[in-house]
Amino acid sequence: MINKVVASADAAIAGIEDGMTLMVGGFGLCGIPENSIAALVRKGVKNLTCISNNAGVDDFGLGLLLQNRQIKKMVSSYVGENAEFERQMLSGELEVELIPQGTLATRCLASGYGMPAIFTPAGVGTEVAGGKEVRNFNGTDYLMEYAFDSHFAIVKAWKGDTSGNLVFRATSRNFNPLMAMAGKITIAEVEELVEPGQLDPDGIHTPGIFVHRIFQGSAYEKRIEQRTVRKRN
Amino acid sequence: MLDKNGIAKRISRELRDGYYVNLGIGIPTLVANYIPDGMNVVLQSENGLLGMGPFPFEGEEDPDLINAGKQTITTVPGSVFFDSAMSFGMIRAKKVDLTILGAMEVSDQGDIANWKIPGKMVKGMGGAMDLVASAKNIIVAMQHVNKAGESKLLPACTLPLTGVRCVKRIVTELAVVDVTEAGFKLLERAPGISVDQIKNATAGRLVIEGDIPEMVL
Repeated sequence: MINKVVASADAAIAGIEDGMTLMVGGFGLCGIPENSIAALVRKGVKNLTCISNNAGVDDFGLGLLLQNRQIKKMVSSYVGENAEFERQMLSGELEVELIPQGTLATRCLASGYGMPAIFTPAGVGTEVAGGKEVRNFNGTDYLMEYAFDSHFAIVKAWKGDTSGNLVFRATSRNFNPLMAMAGKITIAEVEELVEPGQLDPDGIHTPGIFVHRIFQGSAYEKRIEQRTVRKRN
Repeated sequence: MLDKNGIAKRISRELRDGYYVNLGIGIPTLVANYIPDGMNVVLQSENGLLGMGPFPFEGEEDPDLINAGKQTITTVPGSVFFDSAMSFGMIRAKKVDLTILGAMEVSDQGDIANWKIPGKMVKGMGGAMDLVASAKNIIVAMQHVNKAGESKLLPACTLPLTGVRCVKRIVTELAVVDVTEAGFKLLERAPGISVDQIKNATAGRLVIEGDIPEMVL
């Protein structure tokens, strides 16, 4: 098996330069590549375009890159409660492109499946449709939306083997397997790195062919954004 | 006049055995509390879960297990996880039977606005545009009038649209109305609410035919 293991998060993000476009997995703070984001903060690369469903919170997730003024543009479906994000957006320092969540996911999917574009009804008749080609199929209008083009995809999995096969856990799967397939270079950080043969071939979500670099992350904080509980009877 | 729980309770009467349902944030989330005993309804959370259970007990929160509102949740027997593209595949291919969501405005042609107020910080549409563009059946849960006392059921939406001609039914603190070719068709009154009160609170075309029954909750 081909060995994709790199020694550290810093080694994994080698080649990410100023002005590049990155896909970053996760939904809210769930399933985000914490170690790789920390490495990007250390490296200080600037003018990044980040395609990610959300933009983190003020002091965690992609919020750390925002705080450090490393992001030029966010491409997201929902940017949530993030004061620094709001400040940069309103002052014009940060460019924001809002995309319907299903369109975002499917533009990742198209990219990973080698298809140039998709047609979706989401956004027809709204400002999202501005300037886009509309096609009618069987009486319904659809917008043509292009596959994403990015330099790197950075994803987080639960387990992975040294050849890059990935398994995700619960709802931390979200955009991660889609972005893993879509990256020209895909970086995967995992909670547990195992040897080939230790993952059930039937249970692998992302085949290692899509993954170029893999490493075992450490000290996962896995911060919870909305802690909701119920009382025991 | 209904409170938020009353609206949720009335909407729960739209549920049917075997339905897959997507609940939006706010009042729609409360509908989960009123699923009739013995009825099999599977809740879809668009971040990648079918079979959403209740909130976890304190100390059992799992950071890898959240709903689309980013709240910690649980699974139920038979739950399944999937990626975001598959999730919206279910929605777009009309496998989800019912979508319940909130709105800022609905027009009497069924247009909905619920994501953006010009001049205010825009958070994003999340999955709302995908849901309203594709759902088989959309019920809107909302207040009939806004805080300034202005109707939210309008001849045409004034806010940027989320979707066009998609809302089928609206449940408010005052009434249940359907969106028809002729406009909002009044189906039910909330307990203690008169037809005139509903008329006064509705700016869009309102169709009133015969006696309008009071809601059964």
